[in-house]
Amino acid sequence: MSNGINFAFLDEYAKREIRRSVIKAICIPGYQVPYSSREMPMGRGFGTGGLQLTLALIGADDTLKVIDQGSDDSVNAVNLRKFIEMTCPGIDTTTRLQEATLIQSRHRIPEQPLRADQILVLQVPYPDALVIVEPSEDKRKIMHGEADYSRLLVKLYEDIVKFDEITISHRYPTRINGHYIIDPSPIPRYDVPRLNHSEALILFGAGREKKIYAVPPHCLAEPLAFDDVPFRIEDFTDSHGERRACKLCGSKTSFLDEFIDEQGARVYQCSDSDYCEQQQELAHG
Amino acid sequence: MGYVAIKGGGRAIDGAADALELLRTRQGESARPLDTDTIEKQLYFLHSRILSEGGLYHPQLASLAIKQSLGDTLEASFALRAYRSTKPRLLETPVHDTSNMRLIRRISASFKDIPGGQMLGPTTDYALRLLRMDLLNESPEQFQAIAKTLLAGLPQQSGADSFPKVLDSLRAEGLLPQVNQAAREQPFDITREPLIFPVPRSAALATMARGETGSLLAIAYSNMRGYGDVHPTVAELRVGYLPVMLPHPISGELTEVGEVLMTECEVVAMYQGDDNKSVPTFTLGYGACFGHNEVKAISMAILDRALQKGMQDGAENPSEDPEFVLLHVDGIDSMGFASHYKMPHYVTFQSDMDRLRTTQQKQEAGHE
Repeated sequence: MSNGINFAFLDEYAKREIRRSVIKAICIPGYQVPYSSREMPMGRGFGTGGLQLTLALIGADDTLKVIDQGSDDSVNAVNLRKFIEMTCPGIDTTTRLQEATLIQSRHRIPEQPLRADQILVLQVPYPDALVIVEPSEDKRKIMHGEADYSRLLVKLYEDIVKFDEITISHRYPTRINGHYIIDPSPIPRYDVPRLNHSEALILFGAGREKKIYAVPPHCLAEPLAFDDVPFRIEDFTDSHGERRACKLCGSKTSFLDEFIDEQGARVYQCSDSDYCEQQQELAHG
Repeated sequence: MGYVAIKGGGRAIDGAADALELLRTRQGESARPLDTDTIEKQLYFLHSRILSEGGLYHPQLASLAIKQSLGDTLEASFALRAYRSTKPRLLETPVHDTSNMRLIRRISASFKDIPGGQMLGPTTDYALRLLRMDLLNESPEQFQAIAKTLLAGLPQQSGADSFPKVLDSLRAEGLLPQVNQAAREQPFDITREPLIFPVPRSAALATMARGETGSLLAIAYSNMRGYGDVHPTVAELRVGYLPVMLPHPISGELTEVGEVLMTECEVVAMYQGDDNKSVPTFTLGYGACFGHNEVKAISMAILDRALQKGMQDGAENPSEDPEFVLLHVDGIDSMGFASHYKMPHYVTFQSDMDRLRTTQQKQEAGHE
């Protein structure tokens, strides 16, 4: 590049370290692999972990999709995409999920199914599901090693006693391959079942907390629950018991964003803008 | 050429960048842009802070970072740190002996007479913090004349500029433990390895050396005030230029490649009584960072002492807990995460509302 910055910003040693960590993460599903995590030219918390994964994996023949809150046009997604385009000359970007080989996302797994030749990179603020019951990382590491998740289960139980309901709304603790419990990043509960036996490799990058972990393809991913209190996704039924629909495409299956329109009425719209547009295209032929 | 997918968000970001650039340049026609030399010399302490928190000794780029970030210390350090990510690490220096420092200031609060003497140097310590109204309208001529007059009054050669360390004399008297050469570990490189606790002391020192001044100060202050009991005495605080030695590429001989402005602080703390049989001695805390940052170096030395105590006896206070201190003093990390809350959280908030409504409904149903 003209300003002397390497392809994909990071120096090659840094990329190699990240790729090695990714391989380790795939080999031990759900285990948080520590890595050195370089400073990126954007804020810690803005997806620097996901960004480092993307930059370490991307090549000139890749097609990249970046989404934030399900939208390709969210300012943060735009910002990340612009930076990656600037530092990775030759790559293509897209908003259509089907065209992408690499997808970086914050807070959502795309609505439509992923393929085996795609990689989903999720940005992670808090990599450790145990942080809600144990602040010390040193102690959490031991708990993970021993698969000691009793305090997490107690927390869920206490919720049921207090509220008759598990109150964890997003970042829902999910057990991977029967051992490690991960924080699946702040995806809604709606997205959690789609981690299970995914066709695509799903990678998680926490830049500030310096961790990488993975849910490999065809891997078991089970949200934490009890036999008699099942895991429940967000409820989008209205007072008549009808599933709410997206006001734009009419989908009655998608995850919905709720907002107030200019008339003051509460309306719903697909959170995944690409899916919503594709549904509208289908409807209009 | 790649296909580019951009809509409204991109325009908004471009607009915001323009608005910020206008903020930087709005002084208008009478304005002169800051040049990097001016920033380095006249905003000396700000510049020092960026060198230290940015974790990269590049005086010119530190000035540039200050200029482009409009003087925001967190942003400026951040830009310098991010620049660092693009550079491979080529060499490691050997461990440096700071008794070779070319000093501009050096004091001890433990002894009046230290070998080589006290050297107050440039400091605000005893200055009256009265606003100097005459500087409001300082002309370039007046400004330039000051240094000239001051320098003219100095003798040509003002004696030695490097001094022995105060601690060496304490050590010679057996009041401090001897340096354990055998235990000298390979320094932990925090830029290449993540912190996995427990971490060696070198990792703690490296983390604090580029930590955010205010964060270090706040946690050290909590220890000083009573959430801890270090009770330090500043054995020596020195500010100066440390010659940097690297092996010559051909001969391998150590060669001076330049010097870095540094602040170093060594505190001595009271002996903590314990039941082992060894001879009691004072304990030490060490702080050092790039640039002239005395409060930071002192805070770091106190925290080093507190952390060593915590690692040995278990943490009784936040300042003694390595995870608490080391994971929360980095300005780049903490400011980034605080800023990220400005980003949209629509999806997670939707999830939160779902949980709240469900529990509300359940509770209402229970009351009926």
